[in-house]
Amino acid sequence: MALLQIAEPGQSAAPHQHKLAIGIDLGTTNSLVATVLSGEAKTLADQNNQVMLPSVVHYTQNGIEVGANAFKNAALDAENTLVSVKRFLGKSKADIESEYTQLPYKLSEQNGIFNIETCQGPINPIQASSEILKTLKKRAQDSFGGDDITGAVITVPAHFDDAQRQGTKDAAELAGLNVLRLLNEPTAAAVAYGLDSGQEGIIAVYDLGGGTFDISILRLSQGVFEVLATGGDASLGGDDFDALLVEYFKQKTAQNELDSPSLRLFMSKAKACKEALSEYKKVNVILEFADQSHTVEVTKELFNELAAPFVKKTLRACRRAVKDAGITNEEVLEVVMVGGSTRMPIVRDQVGLFFEKRPLTSIDPDQVVAIGAAIQANILVGNKPDSDMLLLDVLPLSLGLETMGGLVEKIIPRNTTIPVARAQEFTTFKDGQTGMVLSVLQGERELVDDCRALAKFSLKGIPPMAAGAAHILVTFKVDADGLLSVSAMEKSSGVQAEIQVKPSFGLSDDQVSQMLKDSMNFAKEDMQARMLKEQQVEALRVIEAINASLVEAKNLLTESELTTLEVEIDKLIQLRETATTPEQLKTAITELDNASSDFAARRMDDSIKKALTGQSVDQV
Amino acid sequence: MAITMTDAAAARVKSFLDNRGKGIGLRVGIKTTGCSGLAYVLEFVDELVEGDETFEHDGVTVIVDAKSLVYIDGTELDFVKEGLNEGFKFVNPNQSGECGCGESFTV
Repeated sequence: MALLQIAEPGQSAAPHQHKLAIGIDLGTTNSLVATVLSGEAKTLADQNNQVMLPSVVHYTQNGIEVGANAFKNAALDAENTLVSVKRFLGKSKADIESEYTQLPYKLSEQNGIFNIETCQGPINPIQASSEILKTLKKRAQDSFGGDDITGAVITVPAHFDDAQRQGTKDAAELAGLNVLRLLNEPTAAAVAYGLDSGQEGIIAVYDLGGGTFDISILRLSQGVFEVLATGGDASLGGDDFDALLVEYFKQKTAQNELDSPSLRLFMSKAKACKEALSEYKKVNVILEFADQSHTVEVTKELFNELAAPFVKKTLRACRRAVKDAGITNEEVLEVVMVGGSTRMPIVRDQVGLFFEKRPLTSIDPDQVVAIGAAIQANILVGNKPDSDMLLLDVLPLSLGLETMGGLVEKIIPRNTTIPVARAQEFTTFKDGQTGMVLSVLQGERELVDDCRALAKFSLKGIPPMAAGAAHILVTFKVDADGLLSVSAMEKSSGVQAEIQVKPSFGLSDDQVSQMLKDSMNFAKEDMQARMLKEQQVEALRVIEAINASLVEAKNLLTESELTTLEVEIDKLIQLRETATTPEQLKTAITELDNASSDFAARRMDDSIKKALTGQSVDQV
Repeated sequence: MAITMTDAAAARVKSFLDNRGKGIGLRVGIKTTGCSGLAYVLEFVDELVEGDETFEHDGVTVIVDAKSLVYIDGTELDFVKEGLNEGFKFVNPNQSGECGCGESFTV
């Protein structure tokens, strides 16, 4: 018999019409699923009452294992056990090879898609992620008595770019989930604490997980969370704190080299010791290995001393993020703690001291992101009619189009709330131009070379017209998940071209923040370069126009006039290449304009004369 | 005429109400829909409407509209766990049949 949940007043569903929504935290180390039951958001546990599913997928001859069982095999069958596959989403083989040098996998690439060779053949990161999502989906269905799931909200790091978001969405669709929305992890954590309906202002989200550290500075205004800055360290997490204790144990037991069973013992004891120290002042660790037995005493003071450099490292990243966001520590209203490693008292204390605020820790830091996602999912499927929360995210980087001269025209500026659609009109540069290549770019810089190329497509079949006469409407659309589609249409003929941006490689969070930093550091140079390029384009336009006139109406000029004009043109052609400031070119263009003004006037007279010859006043 | 609930159900209702932060009790009722005629309704209540009858159980107020009460008088509400699935279950002496899924019933 089906079991019932309590609905909001007037929201009881008809039988078989329940709107079941889940929130999924697809993590690097662990993944979780949560839902709202009888008005209460909670994470769902598996048969063994485990809430966290290790994000590990093991491919065997007989099938696919996910989670704890797969995790056990990580060491034994490393080649076929995909660990922390989230790191690979939206990246190319070259990206991964340059970033990780010691992976136990055989990597391959086919048609631009990166694969890991397993005993079940090539597996890409999207497929592996979908196995994790399938397992969580199954768990949720079992918890709902077998009912289908209406929709899911899946969280992604705030610094994920288009490619990585698209990868996550593809994985979810492959797992048969209807993705209601992708939600930024720090935003989800803030939602779990109900901060979205609270006071408007700045919120810092400090996320120290098993292997990664992220700091995000958000601003809530009018129900919209805007990511002001992100920072962190992709290789700093709880495991590093364990490693400190392992080193200490080795020192105390006088061991230099450990065999792998002993090392595993040391590692698990270190983890247990670290966790116990969150509650106790002193822990005695008993280490029995290779017919030795040792007891090592670890006090809270000692551990804090060992851990201090790592905690300081995270605070340095916090300081940078606060600076990037252009705010001060005092402006931070709330600090949200995410990730199991924030249970360590030293972390809570130091973060509290840094922001001069007691951090929010009442919700389990391992579960807080999934819970926020579930709350959001519950609203999106329509289980809360009077909800005033319409949560929006913003674009992390500006999106634009390449224009003549290698310049970037920004169509949608960064931090615009999404979903959004913006259109802008462009035109042709040359007479009779029938095609146009549209190059879509992401970034804050002024020149194409300094931005990231997302996609390229062409609009063909523009009717031949004079330069500047065509009206080409380019529309950029970003959906609620931050995914982009671009269309271009020539207005007189209606010819169209469109592209969905599924970029083939991604950016690391360092690269995103580097791009933002560069745009500020190079702001002046970029502006100068942009103005120079604009003048170069203008110079080319003037030269081409005069040359075209010369071909038609050379006879209007005397020999010496022609020579003078040609000298001026050559001067501008040369200066166009060598000019270092836009002013130089501007002056030269004006000079050429002046030099050719007589010619232009004569041409005008000439064509009027031609048009009027043989016509009576009446006919004109 | 009465509706009762088990201790387990009362404890869960109380905790859900606390968690929700508002509401005066739990509405139990029926509506005519579903594959087998009638379906149970289980909702939080923010205000009473005319014709509502209330019952107290362990500090939890159960609210039933007069029309529904005819069909579910004597029902006991239970909270059970079946595998990973947990939720409320109606034990209704008036019920003569239910659909395969148990979400709707006839009297």
